[in-house]
Amino acid sequence: MDTNALAYSGRAPDPARQAALVRRWGWWYQAELRLWSMKAYWSSIIGTALLTPLLYVVAMGIGLGSLVDATSGGIDGVPYLVFVAPGLLVSTVVMSATNETSYPVMAGFKWGRQYFARATTAASPAQVAIGELLAVGLRLLGEALVFWLVLVVMGAVEPTWSWLMVPVAALAGMAFGTPLAAYAATLEDEGPEFASIQRFVVMPMFLFAGTFYPLTTMPIYLQWIGWISPMWHGTQLARLFGFGLPLGGWEIVGHLAFLLALVGLGGWLAVRNFGRRLAR
Amino acid sequence: MPVIEASELTKTYGELHAVDAISFEVTPGESFGLLGPNGAGKSTTMRMIGGTTLRTSGTLLVNGLDPEVRGPEVRANLGVVPQQDNLDVELRARDNLIMYGRYFGLPYSYLRPRADDLLEFAQLTEKSNEKVDNLSGGMKRRLTIARALVNEPRILLLDEPTTGLDPQARHILWDRLFRLKEQGVTLIVTTHFMDEAEQLCDRLIVMDHGRIVAEGSPADLIRRYSTREVLEVRFGSDRNAALVDRLRSFADRIEPLPDRVLLYADDGERTLEAVRKDGLVPLTSLVRRSSLEDVFLRLTGRSLID
Repeated sequence: MDTNALAYSGRAPDPARQAALVRRWGWWYQAELRLWSMKAYWSSIIGTALLTPLLYVVAMGIGLGSLVDATSGGIDGVPYLVFVAPGLLVSTVVMSATNETSYPVMAGFKWGRQYFARATTAASPAQVAIGELLAVGLRLLGEALVFWLVLVVMGAVEPTWSWLMVPVAALAGMAFGTPLAAYAATLEDEGPEFASIQRFVVMPMFLFAGTFYPLTTMPIYLQWIGWISPMWHGTQLARLFGFGLPLGGWEIVGHLAFLLALVGLGGWLAVRNFGRRLAR
Repeated sequence: MPVIEASELTKTYGELHAVDAISFEVTPGESFGLLGPNGAGKSTTMRMIGGTTLRTSGTLLVNGLDPEVRGPEVRANLGVVPQQDNLDVELRARDNLIMYGRYFGLPYSYLRPRADDLLEFAQLTEKSNEKVDNLSGGMKRRLTIARALVNEPRILLLDEPTTGLDPQARHILWDRLFRLKEQGVTLIVTTHFMDEAEQLCDRLIVMDHGRIVAEGSPADLIRRYSTREVLEVRFGSDRNAALVDRLRSFADRIEPLPDRVLLYADDGERTLEAVRKDGLVPLTSLVRRSSLEDVFLRLTGRSLID
């Protein structure tokens, strides 16, 4: 090896050019790394993405569904499997978002400290935050796509419009995931926080936000749980595309606006909190 | 033009003055050290240079640019070796270098051969496909240094580069750093090891409680603040203190430590002889050359490593 080339090979772009590229593309380098490091457990991601919908559809749709259909003739005019499938898709993706934005974000600051390594590169903390969230979003899209394909194969949805459930589910996942990532970025030490969120936020949301039955069947004093849940807003939109749940124009706008607002707010907070942590 | 110019550089955390109005310059190709005990403000200063800690006041220019305003431009010129390793432990050694290089906008066509060169430099070619988790402490440290070089920086910031390494690993690392210095890379090193500062640094500042207490080359500092030799004598921990007054007349300066007494003199052997003639027989004695440790003791009244 030519040791002189070590300090200066003449092949690297000059620093000003490096900096200009990173100012534009830094966010993508972070997403690229996160996606690329998923390569190591690729098969388990795919396996989980395939197995989860299969288990849910068989247990809820076919097992519980045959009972519901026999006694009440389905829900909202469709068989129970068709009714419950969009909700299962959305809630599964939201739960996956919870996993991807809690411990991994804390690990980046606390255990492996990899975010601090990014901070010493030409990339900015804001780009690290955005890239990290983008990678999670892309992963959620992939998981939702696999879930949807299983639903199509099982005959739980018609393929024509129901593919729109895929971006809706990813959006609902990010509506919960971005604020959670922002919060995770503020935690200095591992405490009971994530377990509490799982127990007191995600589980009630899963059980009470209209995944398994229409929200309106709950007494009015419990319906607010659905109204503030990304899961419910996502599920309603997914049902629109899954089997044509009748929603008014303003309802559609309302659900979308709620989810987009949370993504925006969470993203903004994540950028701010990553910045505070990586440059203080 | 200096590559780094700091003037009245200050960082406070609430009441604590981590870095207290320090001023210094580093010239291109120089090997510059920040020596001081833990908590002296060395790492904070380093992070301010990289723009990852924001200063409270003062000015700081790196290659003429303010790191807080032109962060990407400044860091594209820097290689940073942090005090705590923060490699991507799930990735293989070679992939760590390649992926880190992406954050400088470098293309894969450049990074693949570059990673191989750097692995060779770090003597890690054999470990190229090994996961970082499986590397020893010394190997991780060398990989971190290799990673810092991926963008061909002209300035390398090394924060406690050999803390936690065994003597052999330290010498390998020092050798690698010498080679970089020979190629004109500016080295900025923090350390609380005096031997490391003596080995690596052309010039250094001695820091304590966020302030600069002395500045100069290692030899210069030793000349200015210490004698040529030091005689270390031990009379047993219960007698050391009692004998200090009697020993005082034998040396230019005397420094009683809990386990031994240091006598500063230009000729240690003759001093020892004189002490013995006076009827004082130490349990053990040692004559050595003065080091930066002695300089620090003189300047602050404390040792570097508590």
